[in-house]
Amino acid sequence: MYIDPHAHMISRTTDDYEAMAKAGVVAVIEPAFWIGQPRTNAGSYADYLSHILGFERFRAGQFGVRHYCCIGLNSKEANNEALAEAVMEILPGFATKEGVVAIGEIGYDEQTALEDKYFRLQLDLARELDLPVMIHTPHRDKKRGASRSMDVIIEHKVDPSRVVIDHVNEETIQEVKDRGFWAAFSIYPHSKMTAERMVALVKTYGAERLIADSACDWGVSDPLSVPKTAKLMADSGLSAEQVRLVTYGNALSVYGKSGQMAESDWLSPAPIDQRTLYQGNTVLRGGQAPKVEQAKTDSAER
Amino acid sequence: MTAPHPTQDNVQERRALFREWLSRRLSADALAWLDQQIDAVVQAEKPLQLGIAIGLAPRKLGKADLDLTAEEQATARAVREDLDLTGWSVDQAGRALFVLASYRGDEADFARGLDRIFANAEIGEQIALLRALPLFPAPALLLPRALEGVRNAMQPIFEAIAHRNPFPREQFSEAQWNQMVVKTLFIGSRLAPIQGLDARRNADLAQMLIDYADERRAAGRSISPELWRCVAPFAGDAEIATLKDILAHGSETEAAGAALALAECEAPAARAALNARQDLAVAIESGRLTWNSL
Repeated sequence: MYIDPHAHMISRTTDDYEAMAKAGVVAVIEPAFWIGQPRTNAGSYADYLSHILGFERFRAGQFGVRHYCCIGLNSKEANNEALAEAVMEILPGFATKEGVVAIGEIGYDEQTALEDKYFRLQLDLARELDLPVMIHTPHRDKKRGASRSMDVIIEHKVDPSRVVIDHVNEETIQEVKDRGFWAAFSIYPHSKMTAERMVALVKTYGAERLIADSACDWGVSDPLSVPKTAKLMADSGLSAEQVRLVTYGNALSVYGKSGQMAESDWLSPAPIDQRTLYQGNTVLRGGQAPKVEQAKTDSAER
Repeated sequence: MTAPHPTQDNVQERRALFREWLSRRLSADALAWLDQQIDAVVQAEKPLQLGIAIGLAPRKLGKADLDLTAEEQATARAVREDLDLTGWSVDQAGRALFVLASYRGDEADFARGLDRIFANAEIGEQIALLRALPLFPAPALLLPRALEGVRNAMQPIFEAIAHRNPFPREQFSEAQWNQMVVKTLFIGSRLAPIQGLDARRNADLAQMLIDYADERRAAGRSISPELWRCVAPFAGDAEIATLKDILAHGSETEAAGAALALAECEAPAARAALNARQDLAVAIESGRLTWNSL
């Protein structure tokens, strides 16, 4: 069983869902993010949040994959002040909905004053609502951006044990671990982090508080990153427990703090869910060992 | 505007009933939260109050089955004709109660408030709100949301309005009703849980279903035996010939559906066709085979 705790499934095909379910992915977390181009009004942002909490969850359920969300205003669109103000108004209503496991993904992109303002406001919202936080670290000026993100989180009195710093790499992992945060790694075919480097990091730093995700979206990315990384970890001599923590257990521990995500959701779902949203995972039903190599990967790339 | 709205008493009665049912099923903490939220919604301290209460319901009340006793179900039907809470959960009952609590006697105001909730509702909320629709005042103003539910691509949301719900039978025009029934078959859902199916049969619906059946047969695809239920009173010679064919060559369930349809046709040819399967004719006569037992 695997959890992919960062997947923009709204951009993925049914082939991807089929392949993920077949490979043993039982749950995905879809963080609110930008959609490749900026939205021009709060209405389209509200519809997007409704979409990931509605139709996308339904799609996932059809393939036996449980679907959760992070709700937030992303750093790129925080730079449109009129949009940002209007989105902040609607966020509390969305963040308290069922299946929302964190505020996210929030943080910095260019590290502008507006990004900083809405990052801080959303950290306060997470504290008020008692929700974990998923942090997007910037692609440019990453090291200082990550450091600054952690400073601000601590300044706003959000407990690091409830915060996942995502898109971590070799340069940022030490500080993330030292300061008590969870470190997530987006395993990408061409950028961010590869499965091989991930294996090396687990060997150096241990599995504690390390999380693998696919961050699959509308770009070249692989929705099977998590099961593939698990396989490579196992083949590289890491223990079954280390594999479990990095590809399943740690994500469940931190996002489970929301009270909105539990193993029983996929192992013994509530009868009302079975009647409506989730017919169960065929891999779990059949009791077969998940088979990564059987999954279709061609269609997952675009 | 000083006179109480005619449905104010009904709303109070329904609120009391739902609270009573929930009080028998919730922990003291959950019940305290429920009461506190009802007060907050009634007083509308914040404009977002209703949305927040509805959003938090599953985590505060849990998602256990409501599972009404036979006696409670009888009370439900006494308070609201044809109310059917089969398959409801406690959080859904809580959500219905919150919406009822938001009613202050002004129908337009109530409908506007509920419309705002619908607009941002996630999937579980939409299911709960559509199931609860027959409990609410201002049905004519809520009709557009019910029709949105029928248009929805998510089957559980569609079924929340189509199944075990008296709202469509009472409020839908013939065209709206027909779309719902045809879509039910089209998405592979069941007709039996639709309320008022026989009472609202009509010639136009029968023709749509006959065309749909022809399309399926031409493509070599199976036809739900339930389809014929809405065709039977309007079946002509061609349909009786089709039913006769299904009776002879279909699966047992298909044959049973064809037999039920033939038994409801007035034409003597239908009676003669049914004679080919005396066993099914007897089962229908004795009430052992019905549309609901298919």
